[in-house]
Amino acid sequence: MSSNLDQLYRQVIMDHYKNPRNKGSIEDGALTIDMNNPTCGDRIHLTLQVEDGVVQNAKFDGEGCSISMSSASMMTQAIKGKKIDEALQLSHIFSDMMLGKEYDDSIDLGDIEALNGVAKFPARIKCATLAWKAMEKGVSEEQQ
Amino acid sequence: MLSKEIRSYFPILNQEINGHPLVYLDSGATSQKPVQVIEAIKKYYEFENSNVHRGVHTLGNRATESYEGAREKVRKFINAKSTKEIIFTRGTTTSLNTVAQSYGRANVKEGDEIVITHMEHHSNIIPWQQLAKETGATLKYIDLEADGTLSLEKVRETITDKTKIVSIVYVSNVLGTMNPIKEITQIAHEHGAIMVVDGAQAAPHLKLDVQNLDCDFLAFSGHKMCGPTGIGVLYGKQALLEEMEPIEFGGEMIDFVGLYESTWKELPWKFEGGTPIIAGAIGLAAAIDFLEEIGLDEIEQHEHELAALAMEKMSTVNGLSIYGPVDPSKRAGIVTFNLDDVHPHDVATVLDMSGIAVRAGHHCAQPLMKWLQCTATARASFYLYNTEEDIDRLVAGLRTAKEYFSDVF
Repeated sequence: MSSNLDQLYRQVIMDHYKNPRNKGSIEDGALTIDMNNPTCGDRIHLTLQVEDGVVQNAKFDGEGCSISMSSASMMTQAIKGKKIDEALQLSHIFSDMMLGKEYDDSIDLGDIEALNGVAKFPARIKCATLAWKAMEKGVSEEQQ
Repeated sequence: MLSKEIRSYFPILNQEINGHPLVYLDSGATSQKPVQVIEAIKKYYEFENSNVHRGVHTLGNRATESYEGAREKVRKFINAKSTKEIIFTRGTTTSLNTVAQSYGRANVKEGDEIVITHMEHHSNIIPWQQLAKETGATLKYIDLEADGTLSLEKVRETITDKTKIVSIVYVSNVLGTMNPIKEITQIAHEHGAIMVVDGAQAAPHLKLDVQNLDCDFLAFSGHKMCGPTGIGVLYGKQALLEEMEPIEFGGEMIDFVGLYESTWKELPWKFEGGTPIIAGAIGLAAAIDFLEEIGLDEIEQHEHELAALAMEKMSTVNGLSIYGPVDPSKRAGIVTFNLDDVHPHDVATVLDMSGIAVRAGHHCAQPLMKWLQCTATARASFYLYNTEEDIDRLVAGLRTAKEYFSDVF
């Protein structure tokens, strides 16, 4: 059984859960997005500092399981310094990964790659996508 | 404890999940169905299927007899005075909304009070929130004791002469607490309020007697008591139902339809607009037969014993905390818990990998989660087909979860 669980709970994931990157909140003039998963109570508070179409800083706060919180940590790590369309592109790749589809592997996903095991646990996909949905909502509001 | 033979009536239990025999501990969400119920529904569709209360033909008569026979069975099951007091609905949620929208809108006005508790399911909160907003009434919550029970003293403090409706859960779906409904009903009546009982977690597990409780309305669902989904019951005292307006209008519920005015059928049909849930009612009747054959008192006893065993064995797992009454005789077969820092989703996934089904999340009781000061919990809920072995498997699974996550931390 442990081997099945190891497919889901990779070491990198547990590391992000235990030592979340970019935990907290950006205070001034940041984009603020609050989102929750009404079926389970997970919630995220995401703040993004976007200047000249580039995500300069990203921080998150929230409550949830190891998958949702590690995914949030990885997401903020991945989008920092990226242009908005690059961040959205990552989000699409991540969404394909969660749906078990073929995904664009020309881009180095870094730690995010570790979440690909979630696709085999349908009940947990929404945990993994919460932070990404919040980010998409924030940057698309910024684009408008 | 009930005989393990009971398990053989539930075909779904005889399977492996993720390579392990299934241990189903989520009956609080929905119960499994015995062959008797599955066969009754099959028989209806194969030999009786027809619309009720209209045809002259033989099939129509058969369907009507089975449907109305189910109503009589429900009447007896909860000891109502008359089948006029038994309304078939889609479930507990629809039943409670019917009371809020029909009785509530007609009888609650600005300045009145509606009283509920901190341990209600969303289905017994939101209909009253909406009613309070519409009418300008105040929604009041009875505070809970530290162990997740209700004290009659606080009930007395909260219900006043301004209170028009008191609506309280009989058995909490999170804490397992069994509330003193009869005593609360008496207090509500002393103040001229009506008493509504959310019986969703009570009907499957203990003997209900509406005349003894003296409650004015009782709502419950079929699917938590071995019946199919999509069928529920609203019991109401006849005098109150007579005065109430239907909330759904259309076929089946009318007496005479004119161009600009119509009149309604008599009770209970005036509340059953549209083609009713015929197969659902027949399935529910088969579930009642099944439960009564085993005996509701025996089922309740079985669950108390399982809850006591579960609490005893689970407390040997390091870092496990259990919510709700400490005294197992004060709770139904529901044990809600958390395991240290391991999030309940993660606990539930580890258990699922061992073939054990539990619920994780807020259990449709967000205000109660706030009261418990947590965002989510895991819940094991037991029913007549669960055994001591199931509890041992759960405890072993919890130890695995604990070990697994202490390795990674």
